Formats: sequence, structure tokens, C-alpha cells
Amino acid sequence: MNKTVPPDDLDFDEEGPLYVARKKVYPQKVSGTFRRIKWGLMAFCLGVYYLLPFVRWHRGLGAPDQAVLIDFPNRRFYFFFIELWPQEVYYFTGLLILAALTLFLMNALGGRIWCGYLCPQTVWTDLFYAVERWTEGDRRERIKADAAPMTAARLGRRALKHFIWLMIAWWTGGAWVLYFSDAPTLVKDLATFQAPAVAYIWIGILTATTYVLAGHMREQVCVYMCPWPRIQAALTDEWALNVTYKYDRGEPRCSVKKAVDLRAHGEKVGDCIDCNQCVAVCPTGIDIRDGAQLGCIQCGLCIDACDSVMKKVGRPTRLIGYDNDINVQRRIAGKKEIFKPVRARTIVYAGVIAVVCSVMLYALLTRSLLDLNVLHDRNPVAVRLSDGSIRNGYTLRFLNKRGFDRVVAVDIDGPPGAKIHVIGADSAIPDRPMIVLGRDSTTEMRVLVTVPFNEKADKTVPIKFRVTDVGLGEATSATDHFVVP
Amino acid sequence: MTDHHEIDHVSGRSTTGHEWDGIKELNTPLPRWWVLTFYATILWAVGYWVVYPAWPLVSGYTTGILHYTNRAAVAKDLAELEAIRGDKMKVLAGASLADIENDPNLLSLARARGKTVFADNCAPCHGTGAAGAKGYPNLNDDDWLWGGTLEQISQTIQFGARSGNPKAHEGQMLAFGRDGILKPEQIVTVANYVRSLSGLSTEPGYNAAEGKKIFAENCAACHGNEGKGNQEVGAPNLTDKIWLYGSDEATIVETITNGRAGVMPAWTGRLDPVTIKIMTVYVHSLGGGK
Repeated sequence: MNKTVPPDDLDFDEEGPLYVARKKVYPQKVSGTFRRIKWGLMAFCLGVYYLLPFVRWHRGLGAPDQAVLIDFPNRRFYFFFIELWPQEVYYFTGLLILAALTLFLMNALGGRIWCGYLCPQTVWTDLFYAVERWTEGDRRERIKADAAPMTAARLGRRALKHFIWLMIAWWTGGAWVLYFSDAPTLVKDLATFQAPAVAYIWIGILTATTYVLAGHMREQVCVYMCPWPRIQAALTDEWALNVTYKYDRGEPRCSVKKAVDLRAHGEKVGDCIDCNQCVAVCPTGIDIRDGAQLGCIQCGLCIDACDSVMKKVGRPTRLIGYDNDINVQRRIAGKKEIFKPVRARTIVYAGVIAVVCSVMLYALLTRSLLDLNVLHDRNPVAVRLSDGSIRNGYTLRFLNKRGFDRVVAVDIDGPPGAKIHVIGADSAIPDRPMIVLGRDSTTEMRVLVTVPFNEKADKTVPIKFRVTDVGLGEATSATDHFVVP
Repeated sequence: MTDHHEIDHVSGRSTTGHEWDGIKELNTPLPRWWVLTFYATILWAVGYWVVYPAWPLVSGYTTGILHYTNRAAVAKDLAELEAIRGDKMKVLAGASLADIENDPNLLSLARARGKTVFADNCAPCHGTGAAGAKGYPNLNDDDWLWGGTLEQISQTIQFGARSGNPKAHEGQMLAFGRDGILKPEQIVTVANYVRSLSGLSTEPGYNAAEGKKIFAENCAACHGNEGKGNQEVGAPNLTDKIWLYGSDEATIVETITNGRAGVMPAWTGRLDPVTIKIMTVYVHSLGGGK
């Protein structure tokens, strides 16, 4: 039947609104291998996050005994046996490079492993969905309840859900601030309302972000906000394994009964029975059978869902599984599957990771625990004394990164006849001042270097300050200039 | 004119009814949250009038219920700062000058505070780094007009030199030329002699014996027979390499002709005793302290 469509209506249908409203996702409960892996990783990640501040690490008297501590007031970062000073934050640059490269390597091997299993957004959203299922019921119940008018019982369940969500969010924010202060003390202070306001403010901020991001924004963060899916798509190659619907096996889709019938007649039938379980369990609400796509975080839950269906209908599992298009095409062509986890891309990533790791490890193991900075007086740069000799003033800054006090001697390699005098230092040995450096701290000393009168003295000559730990023999040096006016 | 309630198909929004060359303008009102925020800021402003000083009156202004003033806030901040410093200042007040210099903690405290006080009070003449200038002594060197021990420096800071304070250092370089004590040629001769004391070159044909005689008769009373100076009267050592006004012949001639009388103000009464103590240690630690 031919129906005439008025041109105006046609326009309307074709163009439509510019924005698509969000379709609420109701992920269904699922069990299987990948669900178990996800539970395990969630327990591990959250366990580390929530409990790490309480782990103790003895560092000697006067030093904090928290294993991981970012101590802003004293400008120190503690990580088990490592203690970093502010000028050493370049180690974090190394860590960031490592994190990026590890992300690339994971992507080259198994696609969005980070997104599917480890990303905080995924982990907390997963936890929040579990709470939602526990309080409001599984997918069907929630869809039905949302469509029906609100009842008192449902309101109660929903309130319970939000309460638990807020508790988790609050605990998340609370754990965050514990990394910045002695955890047991701060917990006590927080409980008795003695903690500094900034602690409560940050707990509030992180409670809000956790609640909003994991409870309400969910998959929209991955689809609209996160840059990684875009970068990931540009970084991937044809050998990377991704959660893939093996359409060579699945198509054409067919109901179970019909499939049995058709198979009996020797016709080609796909394994996919179009039960939509893969869509029902998906936390981002996509259909994996449409192929690799931006919305897929590759959490593997559709693999579990499909496997359980395949078992029930007596067909081989892994109709959806970690696979790539090359293998799909090879199977269609009747060839054997091939996997290439070791290839140029992964070798390069692994190699660069190894190099960065070695450089960082080397830098960390060989870093000096005694440092010296020299600052030449700027005004006046040089002073002429009454006997005609020249004196230059310097500020020497000693960094003692060890957890105990120590005594250092200062020597100079400079112009001939140069004599050193440290203001406020013990000068028991003439010309070799001894200075006491407090534990884990910076000491500043004013140092005067005097060179006897010499008509032919150069304008400016280099001078080297050598500092030697009298007890340990550890030494360092710094160079500057001796200025003659 | 088209109907104001026309709905645009693409966006689903109404149009304003304005149309140019077939292009219609969408009605895009300010978002509700924005408008509400705007109203809230107006209310906030009204609250401000109540709480803070706001409106000028015939004599004065509305003080607001908080009675806030910037001046009081600064005074409060300063009082808080003094309270924080209080303990440390008390320790400094109780310690002797030598004690402060021998204790690394007290010394660094005095040096830190001293640097600020020096910049506020002393730098205009002596320079920020105490390098001095012509007529203003360099405090980094070991040449002292009035002595470089802790006690002597303390004395100079407290009462100054020729400052008018009864306890100030007194002493005068006479204007030998202007007052007609020495003739110009005698001044040139003695100037050359003074230069020779510290090994500087002299003019050809200058009479060394005559210069020595003039020096002994006129200058030695304060500067000493050998020209080594006298800190009692602030007479500089003429045999060293440091010249407050300059070592060239013309400058020395000018000094002898017109005299010199540099003034160091008295700081007692302007700076409190603890601060003077700090300044003494600071100046002493610059490098030239005896």
C-alpha cells in the first residue's frame, strides 16, 4: 500500500532533535569467570585503597610511621622505605610515564583491560550497581518499578540504596584524607570533631564526586567525559584482543527451536539465539554484537552471560570472547586462528617500560642522601678587607636526608690561599669547619671565603665546596665562583 | 510576523518570531539556574549591606552589624604575629649577644629577623646587602670606624655617631683648608703622604719629609703617628686598603680641605632593645665582626 507522506513530516522524521536523551541502563545480575575476576579485583583495589593508610612502617624516632603518607606541612612523601623531598617529585613524572606505557601495553594485549577491570569509575560503579541490585532488585524488577507509580515500600528501598551509596562515598572520601595525615590519629580527630576543617571539606568533596560519578553518571563518564576511549581507539591495532562477538559463528541469528530444525536439514545456522542477555548485563547498555565500539568498556560480563546461555542450549561457549577481527576472517576462510601477543608493538612497549623502570630504580638507589646547594651573595658580590684581601660570602644549604643527625666537614678547592670561615660553626680544626646537620632537614649556613691580596688575581675563578660526612664518609660537592672586584 | 509559539522541528524549541532571509531565531532564554543565581547574588548584596560597612552618611557611614574595618583587621593580624613571635623574642631578650652568636638556632633566628629589619631601617644608607656607598661604611668588611666587637656595634646602633644623642660617638675631621689651618699646597703634600701610607703612588717631586711633618703636627692627634686611626674618635685607619670616601688624590684633598662628618642616627627609642640586639648580631655576622 502506498501512503503519501507530506514533505514537512518527512523533514521532521529525518532531522529530529539534535540531542539524544540518556537511556537508563539496568544491568542484570550475572555470574561466571569474568564476574569472579571482577569481584576479586574489586576486593583487591578497594582493600588497598581503604586499608593502606593504616599500614605502619617503622622509620625511627621522630619520623612518621605510616607506610604511605603525603606529608604536606613537612613537605615529605613517604612510601614504605622511600622518602621523597619536594625537589624529587620528578620520580612522579617517571611513574606517570610508566602508568601511560602500562596502559598502552595492556591495550595492545587485551584491549580496554583498564576500563573493564581496574578504572576507579568502573570499580565504584560496579559496587554501586551491586548495592542497587541488592536493595531494589534485579533488572526486571527495577524496570517494572520505574515504570509504575511510586509506593512507600519502593521509596524505602530507594532511600536505603542512596543511604548505602552515600556511606560508601563517604568512606571513600574519608580514606582519601587519611593519606595526608597520621591515619589513626585523624580517624580519632574526625570522630570527635577535632580534625582540621580542610579534612571535612575534602571528605565532603570526594563523597559528592563518588556519589555523583558512581551512582548517577555511571557509563556517561566513560562515553562522554573520559579521553581514554578516544586515545585507545587510535592506539589499538588489528592484533589486539578485544571482547568480540564472533559473528562468523553467531550469524544468522535464530531461535533455539528453529535452529534445531534447520540444522536437521543441514542448513547453515548461527549460534546466537538473539536472547539479548549480553545487552541485559552490559553496564554501559550497548549491544556487543554491533562490533567494537566506544561505549564498550570490555568488562567481559557479556562473555559470562553468553556462556551460560550457550551451556543451556548445548552449544560451545565463547560465542563472545577475547578475539579479534583477523581471527574472525580466518575462521570464515577456514583457516586456523592465530594469536600474536609478542609483536613489534608489545615488544617496544615492554622495552620502554623496562628502560624507564631501570632508570628510575637506578636514580632511586644512587640518589644522594647528602646534598649541597651554594648561593653566592648578590649584594655585595665581593668585599675588600683592610689588608687588601678579597672576601666572598656564600649561603650553603645542606640537605640531610638521613633519619639521624650527622657532622660534616667543609673543604674548598678554590683560588690559592683561600680560607674558609663558617659563621656559627665549630672551628676546632682550623680551616676545616665542622657543621652539625639535623636529621631529615635542611641546614643553612653563611660561609665566608677570603683570598689574600694579589695584584694579578683573576676577575673570577671557580670554587668548589666539598662536604664530607665525618662518620659515614658520604660526600658531595657544589661549585660556584669566587668574584674579585 | 509569524506566530510566537511556533516550534522549531530540529531543536524542539520555540522561536522568537524574528526571521531574516528565512532563518528564524530560536528563543533561548537565560537558563533558570543562571537567573536564580543572579537573584541570589542580589539578595547576597543586600545581606552585605547589613553585615559590612556600606552606605555613606552625612557624618560617617553605616558600620554594619560586624563593625568590620580594614584597619582593625590589620592591627589584629599584627598583634597575632607579635604573639607568635613573642616566645622566641623572649628567648632572644634573655640571651647575651655572645650567647645568641654561639647558638646556631638563635643565630639563624636573629639573622632571619635581622635581614628584614635591616632592609626596613638600614638599607637606605648602607645598601640592602650592607655593602655601603661613598660616605656610608660597608658593614661586610673588617674595617670599623667605631669598633667591630659586639659591644661596640651595639653601642653604635643604639646611640649613633654625631646623631645629637648625648651618648653618641663624637669626633670630627676638621676642615683644614676651609678654616685656614693648612694652605692648599700643604694639603696636596699631606694628601700625597697619606696615600703613601697605604702604598699608593705619589706625585713626582712631592716632599715626603714635609708631608710627614705636616701629618705629625695636624693629623697624628686623631689618626695616630703611624696613621693607624683611633676608634675612640672615629678616626679611620689610613694605612689600610679601605677608603670611605675614596683614595684618589683629589678626594683626599677635598676631605682635608672641608672635613667630613658622616652621621649615623641613634636607634634607641626607635627600635626596641631586643631588635637592637638582633641587629647587633646581624651586623656582626655579616662577616667583618671582631
